[in-house]
Amino acid sequence: MEFFFESLIEGLLLGGIYAVVAVGMTLIMGVMKIINLAHGAIMVVAMYICYALFVTLGLNPYIGIFVAMPALFGIGYLLQRYSIRRVTEVITVLPETQVLLTLAIGMALIEIMRFIFTSNYQTVPVPGVSGKTLYLGEISMNVPMIIGFVVAIGLIMGLHLFITRTDLGKSIRATAQDPDAAKYMGVNTRNVTCLTFAIGSMLAAAGACLLLPAYYLFPDVGHAFTLKAFIVTILGGMGSTVGALSGGLVLGVAESLGASYWQMGYKDVIGFVIFILVLLFLPGGLKTVIGR
Amino acid sequence: MMKRGWVTPVILGILALVIPFTLSSYYQHILILVIIWITMACAWNLLGGFAGQVSFGHALFFGLGAYGGGLLYHHWEISTWWGMIVGPVWAAVIAIPLGLITFRLRGPYFALSMLAMGEIARIIFTNWVPFSGGAVGVMISRTWGGEKLQYYFIILAICVVTLGVVALMRYSKLGFYFLSIREDQDAAEALGIPTTKYKMYALIPSAFFTGLAGAFYMNYMAYIEPRVVFNLEAVSIMMILTVMLGGAGTLWGPVLGATVYVILAEVFRTIPGIKEVHVLVFALIVVLIIMFLPDGILGEWDKIKRIFIKPKLAS
Repeated sequence: MEFFFESLIEGLLLGGIYAVVAVGMTLIMGVMKIINLAHGAIMVVAMYICYALFVTLGLNPYIGIFVAMPALFGIGYLLQRYSIRRVTEVITVLPETQVLLTLAIGMALIEIMRFIFTSNYQTVPVPGVSGKTLYLGEISMNVPMIIGFVVAIGLIMGLHLFITRTDLGKSIRATAQDPDAAKYMGVNTRNVTCLTFAIGSMLAAAGACLLLPAYYLFPDVGHAFTLKAFIVTILGGMGSTVGALSGGLVLGVAESLGASYWQMGYKDVIGFVIFILVLLFLPGGLKTVIGR
Repeated sequence: MMKRGWVTPVILGILALVIPFTLSSYYQHILILVIIWITMACAWNLLGGFAGQVSFGHALFFGLGAYGGGLLYHHWEISTWWGMIVGPVWAAVIAIPLGLITFRLRGPYFALSMLAMGEIARIIFTNWVPFSGGAVGVMISRTWGGEKLQYYFIILAICVVTLGVVALMRYSKLGFYFLSIREDQDAAEALGIPTTKYKMYALIPSAFFTGLAGAFYMNYMAYIEPRVVFNLEAVSIMMILTVMLGGAGTLWGPVLGATVYVILAEVFRTIPGIKEVHVLVFALIVVLIIMFLPDGILGEWDKIKRIFIKPKLAS
C-alpha cells in the first residue's frame, strides 16, 4: 500500500510541474488558436540557461529561474512579433503552416542548444536539495519535486489572478474569445498576442527550471516536453487554467502508476493513449466535466 | 507551358540513368539517399500536400516497412527482399484502422494524433523484445556487399513509380477531390464528396510508398533499430520540413526539398569538428522559407520569378 501511495504522490508532484508548463501552452493556444510546437524547445533553452549559470557562476537553479524566466519572456515576445505573426496573416496552401513554423523554430532552438552544449547528459545538482528525500510515515518523497510542485501551484494561482483580475488579463481573455470584437473595443490585439506568447514561454521556462534539480538534461528532451504539454492541454481542455491543472495532475499520476505497475518502458504510451481517447470521446477535455 | 511539361522529367530521367556510372561509390551512396528521401517526401506530399492532412507520424509507416523485412529475417531467417512486398503492404493495411481513428480529427489534432501513433509504435518496437528484437535492432548481410549500382536502380525504379502514381492521382478526378478536401472540408462534404473515404485513398498509397522506402532502407543499410526507423525528429518531422521547403502540394516540390536536405546534410558531415549542424542549418532555412515564402520554393515560384524578372505589361 505504501508503494501505491508513493507512486501516487510522485505522480501528483510531477503533475503539478506538467501543469505549469501546460498552462503556458493552453494560454497560447487559447489566444492565438495555434499549437505551439516550440514549447518544449523553449523549456530546453531555459534549462540550459540555468545550467550555464550553474556551471559558470555556481548559481543555484532556484535563483537561475529569475534569470531564465525574463530571458524566455523576451525570446517568446520576439519570436511571436518577428516570426510567427508574419505567417498568421497570410493565406497558405496548408492551413497548418503556422504550426509547422513553430515546429521548425523549436527544432532550430534545440539544435542551437546541441551545438553549444553537445548532446551529453547533464545534471544540475543543488546542494542540500537534489537527491534528498522526505519521509511522511513510510512514504518517501523527493525534495526537489516538492519544491517544484509548491512553486508551480503558486505560479498557476498567480496566473489565474492575473488573467481574471487585471486589465491586461481581461484583454487577453477578450482576444481569446473574439479577436475582432476585442479590436473594436480598443484592445491592441497584436501586442496582446505577443505578450501572451511571452507569458506562455515564461511559464514553460519556470516549469523547466523546477524540473532541473531532479532530472537529466539533454537537448532532445524538448520534444518529449512538447508532447507532454500538449497531452495535458488536450486532456484539460483548451484555454482553461483549471483544466490544465487537473490535466497535469491526471497525466502525472497515470504515468507514475503506469511506470510502477506496468513497465517503465511503456510509461509514455499511457499519455498517448489518453491523448487519442480524449480527442475522440471528450473533445472539450476535463474542463467540460468539471464545469458541470 | 503544357507543351514543355515532359521536358524536365525526360532530362532528369536520362541524367538519373547515366550519371551514376560516372560516380564513385561515395557519390552513388549520396544519390541513393537523395532518392530514398525523394520517395518519402513525395509519399508524404500525397497525403499532406494534396489532401491537406498533415501527418506528423509517417515514421510509423517507414518503420513498419523496414521492419516488414526485418521481422521476417529476425524470426524465420527469410530474405529481407521479401520485405519489399510484406513491408509496404503491412504498412498500408495498418494505415486503414489508424486512418479510421485519426480522420475523425482535423488539422493539427489529426497531425498530433498521428504523431502519437508513431511514437506508440516506436515504444512498442523498442520494448517488446520477443516480437521485434528490441532496441538492438535487426542486422542482415548485404546482398551485393559494397556495390551500389544495383541498389541505385532499384530505388530509382521505386521513386519513378511513386512519382508516377502521385502525378496520376494528382491529375485525375481523385486529385481534385483531394484538393477540395484540403481547401475546405465542409464545402467538399456539402458537395457530396465522402471526405473520410477520399482521405483514406490518399493515406493508403502514402503509407504504402513510405513503407516501400522503409523496406528498401532495410535492404540497403542492412541494419535497422527502432530508434532510427521510427525516429520522430529525423524521419517524421524531416519528411514534413523537406516538403515545406520545396513546396507542399506541388509535384516537384518534395523532389527539390529532399535533394537540398540530403546534400546539405552530406556537405556539413564532411566538415570535421562539427556534428549534426546540418539539422540546425536546415531548420533555420525552413524557418526563413516559411516566413518569407510560406508555400515553399516551388509553391511561390511565380513570386520568386517576379523579383528577378520585371513583369511585362499586359498588352
